Amino acid sequence: MSFELTILGLILVPLAAGIAAFIVTRFAAILAVATALLQSLFAFRLAGYVLSNGPLRYKIGGWGAPLGIDLYVDGLSALMVIMTALVGLAVATYSTSYFAIPEHGREHRSNVDIFWPLFLILWSALNALFLSADIFNLYVTLELLTLSAIALIGLAGTVKSLQAALRYLLIAMSASLFYLLGVALLYSVYGTVDWELLGAQMQFDLPDRCAIVLICVGLLLKTALFPLHFWLPAAHANAPAPASALLSGLVLKASFYVLLRMWFDVFPYADLRAVGNLLGILGAAAIVWGSVQAIRQQHLKLLVAYSTVAQIGYLFLVFSLASEPSASWNAWNGAAYFSVSHAFAKAAAFMAAGSLVFATGSAKIDDLAGIAQQQPVTVFAFALAGVGLMGLPPSGAFLSKWLLLNASLSSGKWFFTAVILLGSLLAAIYVFRVVAKSFEAGERQPTRHVPALMQWTPLVLALLSIGLGIVATRPLELLKIGAPVAIEKTP
Amino acid sequence: MTTVTLYALCGVILFGIGFYGVIICRHLLRKVMALNLMGTGVFLILIALARRTPGDRPDPVPHAMVLTGIVVAVSATALALALLRRLHRETEIGDLPHDAK
Repeated sequence: MSFELTILGLILVPLAAGIAAFIVTRFAAILAVATALLQSLFAFRLAGYVLSNGPLRYKIGGWGAPLGIDLYVDGLSALMVIMTALVGLAVATYSTSYFAIPEHGREHRSNVDIFWPLFLILWSALNALFLSADIFNLYVTLELLTLSAIALIGLAGTVKSLQAALRYLLIAMSASLFYLLGVALLYSVYGTVDWELLGAQMQFDLPDRCAIVLICVGLLLKTALFPLHFWLPAAHANAPAPASALLSGLVLKASFYVLLRMWFDVFPYADLRAVGNLLGILGAAAIVWGSVQAIRQQHLKLLVAYSTVAQIGYLFLVFSLASEPSASWNAWNGAAYFSVSHAFAKAAAFMAAGSLVFATGSAKIDDLAGIAQQQPVTVFAFALAGVGLMGLPPSGAFLSKWLLLNASLSSGKWFFTAVILLGSLLAAIYVFRVVAKSFEAGERQPTRHVPALMQWTPLVLALLSIGLGIVATRPLELLKIGAPVAIEKTP
Repeated sequence: MTTVTLYALCGVILFGIGFYGVIICRHLLRKVMALNLMGTGVFLILIALARRTPGDRPDPVPHAMVLTGIVVAVSATALALALLRRLHRETEIGDLPHDAK
């Protein structure tokens, strides 16, 4: 299997499977699981190519820029593709069971039929986004991703979910247009949309500054950084559980990935110290605000959704921390690794929450009292995912937070050190609120039986998020390939 | 003021009006129309900027971008209208509540 087949397969196979799943609804679930297995194989092969050859570029159809479309893969994009593949595989496995339950599936027959094609097209859009080599292509893939994400939010068909979907649509589409306007400005100045070429030429005059502001505003809205997070909790909490896992775990990471790429590969980030500090402070505010809101929630899925608002904050610390050359490698590495470990932990948390909501038939945290005896596996999965969110050792989040802490110490930004530690403490409070409730003693009515796949898939994914801290050497080695910041020895 | 600047400025104004509409308008149908206005603004800017290349022929790349953008805008509008119709059928109103949850 050649490199060409691998990189094209990552984009085309889920796209073709999505269309096929739309036509042949009967075999959609089997098709999706088979595609997911194939994608994991492709993703690891791609990482293998990058590890042995360094960053690679592929011209689709041999046309080349500016007329054709180029694909580009380096360590960061390969890691993101692997993240998508593993979370996607877990979600596919979970969904086969989730949508087989009558109240999720057969009663709203059409919803299930639509879920699989949407899921596969979303996957194709994610891979295409991570492998794009030009900023206009990033716009197109972001739109593909957003359109399928909107439909996934509205899938439940309830009034709340329709409202959340429409709100998300209006915000995400305006955000994309801001981004597109920025791209148009950059193209008119430099005559190229390839981000490597742009990065080499970029000045810091007025049109560039306008473009940077437009692109940042668009991407911040899409990534839901505080105070632009207002649309997120309703959207993520009202979607069906597998969709929530995809939205929180992967879709937000896509727009963050675009911003990370832009910031370090295209923008002259050394000149953007003030903006970077602002983003860092907003990130810190997101950590505190999101965690406090999560602690106050009465509904399980809203708690998990607010936890996402908080965790997104950590990612944005990189823009402030990396402006110090001594800290940039640790900060960049920490943020990239954090987005992977958060994807695993958050997808596991949402899937476990979905199983718990199904078991009790109630969305309230209070109704979980004493459920640990009847649903030991699911509660354990939620608790482990919680460990991944808090960042206790040896989880992947611990390692990423450690890198971020190191960066904040070496750049002398004590404020962020304090916020990172406070964030972990607050995360512990909201996770333990749920776990403590489920261990509460006393009488409780029997819960419904949860299918085995819905119990074990979140557990495996949560274990993976913890395992990321143990097997960190390979992924961190991968991240070094094509990294935009000067590499230092990791502690 | 050259023609190009005039058109580009016009596009910026359209973008602004559209964004204002998305935020201010109460009815969802108006919001969706405002979103389309924003898109039109961006497309107008792209078309105007395509004229800036030296020579008689305009640069084809922004034109291709506009075509792609139109496809995206049409799909987004279709999806928005489908969701809106469904919401209207369920609730009989076309507004979003202020309370986000």
